[in-house]
Amino acid sequence: MPHESAIHEPAHHEHEHVFIPQHRHHFETEEQQREAGSFGMWLFLLTEIMFFGGLFFAYLLYRNWYYDAFVPASNQLNVPLGAANTAILITSGFFMALGVWAAEVRKKGLLVIFLILTTIFGAAFLGVKYVEYKEKWEKHHIPGASFSISEFVNPPIDAKTGKPGQKPLNVDMAQKTQIFFFLYFGMTGMHALHMIIGLGLLIWLIARAQRGDFTSGYVAPIENFGLYWHFVDIVWLFLFPLLYLINRHPLQ
Amino acid sequence: MSATATTILNLPDQATATVPKKNYITAEHGLLSWLLTGDHKRIAMLYLVSITFFFFIGGAFAGLIRLELLTPQPDLVASDTYNKFFTMHGVIMVFLFLVPSVPATIGNFLIPIMLGTRDLAFPKINLLSWYLYTIAGAMVIASMVLGGVDTGWTFTTPLSTHYLNTHVITTGLAIFVAGFSSIFTGLNFIVTVHRMRCPGMTWFRMPLFVWSHYAASILMVLGTPVLAITLILVVLERVFGIGVFDPTKGGDPLLFQHLFWFYSHPAVYIMILPGMGVISEVVSTFSRKRVFGYTAVAFSSVAIALFGFFVWAHHMFIMGISNYSALVFSLLTMLVAVPSAIKIFNWAFTLQKGSITFETPMLYAFGFMGLFTIGGLTGVFLGSLGMDIHLTETYFIVAHFHFVMVGGMLMAFLAGVHFWWPKMTGRMYPESLSKLAAVVTFIGFNLTFLPQFILGYLGMPRRYHAYPPEYQVLNVLSTAGATVLGVGYLLPIIYLAWSLKYGPVAGNNPWQATGLEWQIQSPPLTENFTTIPIMDHEAYDYEWLEHQNQHGGTYIG
Repeated sequence: MPHESAIHEPAHHEHEHVFIPQHRHHFETEEQQREAGSFGMWLFLLTEIMFFGGLFFAYLLYRNWYYDAFVPASNQLNVPLGAANTAILITSGFFMALGVWAAEVRKKGLLVIFLILTTIFGAAFLGVKYVEYKEKWEKHHIPGASFSISEFVNPPIDAKTGKPGQKPLNVDMAQKTQIFFFLYFGMTGMHALHMIIGLGLLIWLIARAQRGDFTSGYVAPIENFGLYWHFVDIVWLFLFPLLYLINRHPLQ
Repeated sequence: MSATATTILNLPDQATATVPKKNYITAEHGLLSWLLTGDHKRIAMLYLVSITFFFFIGGAFAGLIRLELLTPQPDLVASDTYNKFFTMHGVIMVFLFLVPSVPATIGNFLIPIMLGTRDLAFPKINLLSWYLYTIAGAMVIASMVLGGVDTGWTFTTPLSTHYLNTHVITTGLAIFVAGFSSIFTGLNFIVTVHRMRCPGMTWFRMPLFVWSHYAASILMVLGTPVLAITLILVVLERVFGIGVFDPTKGGDPLLFQHLFWFYSHPAVYIMILPGMGVISEVVSTFSRKRVFGYTAVAFSSVAIALFGFFVWAHHMFIMGISNYSALVFSLLTMLVAVPSAIKIFNWAFTLQKGSITFETPMLYAFGFMGLFTIGGLTGVFLGSLGMDIHLTETYFIVAHFHFVMVGGMLMAFLAGVHFWWPKMTGRMYPESLSKLAAVVTFIGFNLTFLPQFILGYLGMPRRYHAYPPEYQVLNVLSTAGATVLGVGYLLPIIYLAWSLKYGPVAGNNPWQATGLEWQIQSPPLTENFTTIPIMDHEAYDYEWLEHQNQHGGTYIG
């Protein structure tokens, strides 16, 4: 929980200068409190990078091993939806950045609006993700007992050319598409989990912003949440090309 | 102090001395005041109680293992029960005792004080870390009560994902939760060291205890998330059969090994580095000398942390990794020996021409130095490719890591607990009884684990509950040693509890040590310092301390 510094506590100390009410008394100065909070947040994001790192490493390994399976499997992903989602997420991040600005210039109304917009676009991202997941469910592309490889062994015939849209895979290699789909669900699922946690925090921040907590000189929670939200954006910016785009049409 | 003094212990006049009425223990009352506290010292105490509890549970399993191995026949328990015993022993000792042992207790208590600040940067996160630890502990206990788990503490796939029908998921998730507890502790330490040092406290005035915790924290923050994702993958593999580690679906079990040891090798440095920090403090105090080569010791901690991330595949030499990568990892493994040796040599030079006295913490510290050196050197044996292939998965490995973890870390933990006990509680433990405990521990330890080196060299494999009769003599020795060791560990619990009420009043600085923590009252105030100190001298500056004492008055608060 990176929002430690967001705890209310009346200042009961005997220093000379006036502190904001959110000043925690074990910090010597407000500056120190703010720096510690954002430093802690950056460190937390570092642990997040390592957390996703394990999955990226697995992706790298299996992509090299089962390249032939990864190409048709990756072609199953819906690029228009993925691209739309990228735009949606960047927009959400943009509003978050505006929210940080609004908190800094102490505009309560604007801050609340921007946070709500951030939330709406974040939720929209998850909505699109749901549509994509549903499509995989219908095609039996969810790894596990009901996973079906038929589409990779007998690719559907393309109506225009009269030939299969993909090169058919042998059964053995077609099995490996399951690894791709697991990594797809593992990585986008972890990402979605971070989005859901973020949306929960956003609702909490909106409620507090509405009370005017962040527009009287105390912006640390908004700033730190902004860092988290942008981190989640950045993870997606790596996931999208790796899963959807790379080598969709490999050179023959 | 004359060179022939037998003790530096300097207690106030017991007839008049009292423990200060106002301190962090008496500041608030009631169970809730402990369970909802933000005070790093109280959280350290919560941790101390809980890790001691788990230490004795883990120890009980060790006792059962040794009891079974008393005879060559499998007579005490069935083989799968035995598997559950050593799994519970490993899981509890590694994740619930060794990883949080020194950092979460002594480190939590002292790092803010040593840095001259009032608390860690994030007190609530610190408390959260203890709750996560408790939840993880409860989950491990639950999996134990519900029937146990028998994967070994390494959760090796595909054994853990396909072949066992025990509580792997509960235990795996418990370790996941415990991991976050460890991440939050490390994160808190790093931010505190970077942002909360008092005026004048430069990086190279920090006690070496803080340096070693800083290095260990880097490992906690960077390594633990990888373990977290790995265990999530194991759980997903068990629940949904997703195939990422399953060779029948194209997955690679070796990938699990890579990911697991990427954390679990650095984890051994998470365990040992804070212990090295304790030893630096203790050796300096009881030699009345500044730690020799302060900068080298400080940087060697960071070097261990750094190299620690590049040696993990030495756990995998016989698992079919390529010969070339095995060669490289073997070489890199040798490199870790260098900073470890730097520390040992520097402590030895600190002792040289020092006014050495042999109080209990120092006895434990000597135990550490000897046993850790043996543990470290046998690690070099195991790091060499050819030797490793002969010795791996035998009792040689078991003896090696117990020398480092128990002979090293546990000795350091006990050294630290005794050294700072007067600071934490305001009272001294009984000196002669504690010296006895230190000696009993040392003897018991050697009797338990030296025979295991020979057993391993002769080829007795680990993790079996039966063995050929010719190994019995050495196994009996080992079991006898374990009994002595058990006594050595029970003694402190008894006399430390006794000392809480009846121990002599310790005063501010019973050891005449130089650290900031010794310049404030024992036990400290909730806010540690009445005014924030200004550090105007180097660490371990005994001349400064003498000057302070001569000119009267305490330095701080």
